[in-house]
Amino acid sequence: MKSFLKKTGKWLDDRGGFSQLLKPLTTHFVPPGTKWNYVWGSATLFCFILQLLTGIALAFLYQPSVATAYDSLQYIENGAFLGSFIRGLHNWGASGMVVLIGVHMARVYLNAAYKYPREMSWITGVLLLGITITLAFTGQLMRWDGNGVWTGILAAEQMGRIPFIGDYVAYFFMGGTTLGGETLNRFFALHVFVLPGILVLIIGFHLYLVFRNGISEPPKPGRLVNPATYRKWYDKLLKKKGIPFFPDVIWRDVMASMIVLLILLVLAVAVGAPKLTEAPDPTFVKVEPHPDWYFEWIYAIFATMNRHLEPYFLFFAPVLGGMLLFAIPFLSKGGERSPLRRPWAVAGVISIVATLVSLTYVGLKAPWVPKFKAEPVVYTAIPKDEHIQKGVDLFNDMRCLYCHKMNGKGGESGPDLTDVQQTMSRDQIIIRIINGTDDMPGFGSTLKKEELNSLVDFLMVEQKKEILKNH
Amino acid sequence: MSCNCEKNKTKGGSGRRSFLRKLIFSLSGLIAAFLAFPLVAAMLEPVVGNKKEVWRGIGRISDFKVGEMKMVKFKNASTYAWSEKIKDSAAYIHRNKDNEIIAFKINCSHLGCPVRWEEKAELFLCPCHGGAFYKDGSRAAGPPNRGLYTYPVRLKDKKIEIQTEPIPITNITV
Repeated sequence: MKSFLKKTGKWLDDRGGFSQLLKPLTTHFVPPGTKWNYVWGSATLFCFILQLLTGIALAFLYQPSVATAYDSLQYIENGAFLGSFIRGLHNWGASGMVVLIGVHMARVYLNAAYKYPREMSWITGVLLLGITITLAFTGQLMRWDGNGVWTGILAAEQMGRIPFIGDYVAYFFMGGTTLGGETLNRFFALHVFVLPGILVLIIGFHLYLVFRNGISEPPKPGRLVNPATYRKWYDKLLKKKGIPFFPDVIWRDVMASMIVLLILLVLAVAVGAPKLTEAPDPTFVKVEPHPDWYFEWIYAIFATMNRHLEPYFLFFAPVLGGMLLFAIPFLSKGGERSPLRRPWAVAGVISIVATLVSLTYVGLKAPWVPKFKAEPVVYTAIPKDEHIQKGVDLFNDMRCLYCHKMNGKGGESGPDLTDVQQTMSRDQIIIRIINGTDDMPGFGSTLKKEELNSLVDFLMVEQKKEILKNH
Repeated sequence: MSCNCEKNKTKGGSGRRSFLRKLIFSLSGLIAAFLAFPLVAAMLEPVVGNKKEVWRGIGRISDFKVGEMKMVKFKNASTYAWSEKIKDSAAYIHRNKDNEIIAFKINCSHLGCPVRWEEKAELFLCPCHGGAFYKDGSRAAGPPNRGLYTYPVRLKDKKIEIQTEPIPITNITV
């Protein structure tokens, strides 16, 4: 029996050439010191494999049509065996992939591994980043609820900022000039066939390059990259001190994948995928579209940027940013690789991370969104002053609370008005209410003279806290 | 797998080879173009085959009181049998003091989110990035650089009709 198995194995290998195919992997040598800082790329790849498998699982349950997608999502979430878990894992797998590709990129940049002869690895990496982000975005749209519907329009509107052809590109993505029966399907085709297909091809090339050019050795301050001698030097390094990739190095990659999987499993079970909002309906306006967390920073830029510059920013920022990323290996070809000798590179990464984190924080808070659910304030003074009561009613009716705080409750896009009488005079308040500012609507045409008087008299009351209760 | 290229490089052979090389690339190119055509056609069909404008009745003139803002729903120009709710669009109809009927598109002129009408405050508010518009559609606050877009409307036998139009796309030069 044993000899039969052995024979069969030998036959398979002889005709199939498996050991020959895998030989480069087993005999591949890598520089010493490639330790835990070298697992980010394979961890990203692991997330992608996880996305492929969970994505295929979801595709068996999901009905990609505008009419049925929402109901099938409800079924996945509430009916199908393990459905909610698969959706949760696919959702957090996307998060993991976005985070890890970012860490991988930062690691490669900080160690200047993009320098000679690995420029092509960087360039394909930038492409992979772009496709990963697009996949994450189109994935948000697969969640075809109120949020998904408006995400589609938002994407189209951004494309609209492309000069000259903006409208065509926008309508191309919408699959028509309005949302319609085709809108979801084209995003589905992109998300499920086109983008993953391209991603697989580029990943294949990206990995081939790792074998062709070798893993970059950990940088040492003062050891410069000289394109003229590097390859020779690298070969010598491997011959002298190289360690076999399999199993001495790759075990860390497997371990890292295991850890990533455990984290994603916990998140999928404990947090799960974002809850579905209302059913998709382009005529239903009481929605509050909000991006997935990894796009919060873009959302924050849209809301806080100078409005006159923004149209240009929407187009030029991604174009110039992308060009800069592609250009990096050509801007610094050889020389120093150690982050210890490249303080500007370190400062650049730190400032980008700090910017992303703070914009994400602002995006999560989203103070610019009118607080539609703000509960009206109630006037509780005894005895009641009818004039002030009218002012309080107007304060509620004019929806001041959507943007301003009063007595601790309300929106945050405008200043807290609880003690506004201390910072503004009566006349200043009147002028502000009538005219507004660039960021506040004026109420001059809405309020009658006596209404304005009651509202302002209410705002001028000292110690408003004592006469108000939040409903 | 040894190659006999050198031996075969006789006079006639090289001419034949260069012809075959050209044949391979041109045929492959032709096949690729042939296969790409249906792919591109399928991607463009819903966009190009879309009928853009059609008049839809939205009610009698008496349904809209002077000074009132009322939301109406209507069917888009181009729909599919399976579109269900996605076939509809909405508009805010306002009959102003001069008795003109204005139909505002519900899409914010910033990034297209649906604005809500706040009756008492007489403002359109956008839930995405905080854009605000006055009753006449002009910009009041927030990131938008222009007012709300409008649909063409016409009066036909005391009935109001609205012309379906694309979702407004704001361009780089507003």
